[in-house]
Amino acid sequence: MQNELNVPTMAELMARGETPEILFWVGCAGSFDERAQKITRDICKILQHVGLKFAILGTEESCTGDPAKRAGNEFLFQMQAMTNIEILTGYAVKKIVTACPHCFNTLKNEYPALGGNYEVIHHTELIQSLIREGRLKTADGHEFLGKKITYHDPCYLGRANEVYEAPREILQQLDVQLTELKRCRSNGLCCGAGGAQMFKEPEAGNKDINIERIEEVIASQAQIVAAACPYCMTMLKDGVKVKEKEGEIEVLDIAEITVRANKL
Amino acid sequence: MISQLIFFMLLGVSLFLFAKQAQQIYANIQLGKPVDRFDNPKARIKKMLLVAFGQQKMFKRWTPAILHLFVYVGFCIINIEMIEIVIDGLFGTHRILSFLGGFYNFLIASFEILAFLVLLACLVFLVRRNSMRIKRFQSPELKDWPKTDANLILITEILLMSAFLLMNAADYTLQGLGVGHYAQVGSFPISSLISPYLTTNTETLVFIERGCWWFHIVGIFAFLNYLPYSKHLHIILAFPTTYFSNLNPKGQLDNMPSVTQEVKAMLDPSFVPQVLEGPLRFGVKDVQDLTWKNLLEAYTCTECGRCTSSCPANITGKLLSPRKIMMDTRDRLTEVGDNVKKNGSFVDDGKSLIDTYITRAEIWACTSCNACVEQCPVNLNPLEIIMDLRRFAVMEESQAAASVNAMFSNIENNGAPWKYAQADRANWIQGTD
Repeated sequence: MQNELNVPTMAELMARGETPEILFWVGCAGSFDERAQKITRDICKILQHVGLKFAILGTEESCTGDPAKRAGNEFLFQMQAMTNIEILTGYAVKKIVTACPHCFNTLKNEYPALGGNYEVIHHTELIQSLIREGRLKTADGHEFLGKKITYHDPCYLGRANEVYEAPREILQQLDVQLTELKRCRSNGLCCGAGGAQMFKEPEAGNKDINIERIEEVIASQAQIVAAACPYCMTMLKDGVKVKEKEGEIEVLDIAEITVRANKL
Repeated sequence: MISQLIFFMLLGVSLFLFAKQAQQIYANIQLGKPVDRFDNPKARIKKMLLVAFGQQKMFKRWTPAILHLFVYVGFCIINIEMIEIVIDGLFGTHRILSFLGGFYNFLIASFEILAFLVLLACLVFLVRRNSMRIKRFQSPELKDWPKTDANLILITEILLMSAFLLMNAADYTLQGLGVGHYAQVGSFPISSLISPYLTTNTETLVFIERGCWWFHIVGIFAFLNYLPYSKHLHIILAFPTTYFSNLNPKGQLDNMPSVTQEVKAMLDPSFVPQVLEGPLRFGVKDVQDLTWKNLLEAYTCTECGRCTSSCPANITGKLLSPRKIMMDTRDRLTEVGDNVKKNGSFVDDGKSLIDTYITRAEIWACTSCNACVEQCPVNLNPLEIIMDLRRFAVMEESQAAASVNAMFSNIENNGAPWKYAQADRANWIQGTD
């Protein structure tokens, strides 16, 4: 499987005089976090499978500035934003798909006022539309048939941008037993990593937020908890580990589930 | 004639005092910074009709929503009766609107049923608040005055509704006895049930009827003037607050224009920054740094605690409570408002919203998940205040946890919040699964 992916960068395409249909904004977690890298590769596999012409920024990509903004450093956020906008403008980018709801929210909602206007979608929305268009078809006898799966709403996809249906629709068409957590959709409970919490120790309390959440997952008796955010992925995975449920509960991103269900 | 005069004076005094209080609150809200919430009136009216008038978000929790609906509808409808009470009071008439005939009967009957439902709901609320140990009513910020305030409101409403029903019961009995001007008007589905337990002594009945009439109306005048000191102010402010709601997606945090000017100047030496009005402070240290909308929200908060009970930080035992953020903002604003009133302009009192009222541990416990914003039945936004306090801590004081500062320098130097080289950013392509 060595470099079977062959993912072009915007710079490479430009040199060839080509433009992609969509820019895949990988995000910092997707670029560096080992678990998230796997999801990044899966998203690429999906894009290649359906023949959607895409590119990444590669080493020209930089943090959107979301964690800095949410931690109160507006200067750093706007420095990042304006530098990124300059690069995106240079490549005349019009449409972006992100793997991370935080990047998604920032690019979609906070860049326009600084001069960056793009159509921004999250990878769950892209997969949903590919399924609807018939470009992605589930393989016969895939491994998820009849399995009990639950979905954890990432705050920045759900409440922040009201994307609740896309990930659920993807799971439903797999003929799985989709079960909801007690706190779901607009009432969903945060994994604990947002607002720059990912990068600091939690404040003093009597419990970690991801433990509170994973207890709900355990109560749902789901075999798989689906995520759609690299931060949630880390928090849920850690929660499962702390509760020693690694043998019983699998944490998978919607993109990973799609790849496996389509045997890509 | 004397009673008409007394009524006129009471009405005048209570309206005058209330207007003065309202003016003070308006002046305090004006201490905030400008923010444009006057665009798109169509969407705003729709939002107000759904959320405030239609109680839409209350129905995320059915039990309190239905009980609250009784009190809310009761309050709105029974206030129609106020028109009659005021006319009767001013002109010495009795049940002036009874010429409406069948419709009048319908009105009185619905007032009675609603009054009874309000009474019942308030009793249940009292029990819920004081003996059911519901978690959101046990928070530390709800001790002392807020708890008394809540109970005072409920008890007042129970007394007002009881007086209203007892008045009708006496009236109904007097009507049956054919006494004086107590003509047979109205329909009394509830008070007719109380009537058999009343005396048939005409004088006592008139005393009860008049006594309750006065108690009810004076009680309402007093309650009106209690509002500005109470969380109950939401019955008025819920409407403007929802009208001026944030119409953007919840995830969108404002880009500070003052920072945009500086960043543009840094990136482009030829850029001439606009001069922004007022003293420049990044983020929020005290209530005057907040927007007028934040301040209006602080006065609107009715301390229900739906925000706090859905806050992941609060649920897991952290100090942060979004409700406390709103209450602290209001309490500090009242203090600053008094200061300004006394001294002509604000004189430093050595206090501020951050530290004196809201601690660092609270603002740094937030995950910015928007659960509080989502839950608030009147669209208040504690998250905005928390984020603005963080901005002050970071940009004015450089006060953040070492790990947060490390994250900042990683982004600055490597373009990622973790310490990885920018050059390795696309190495994942080579990875195997």
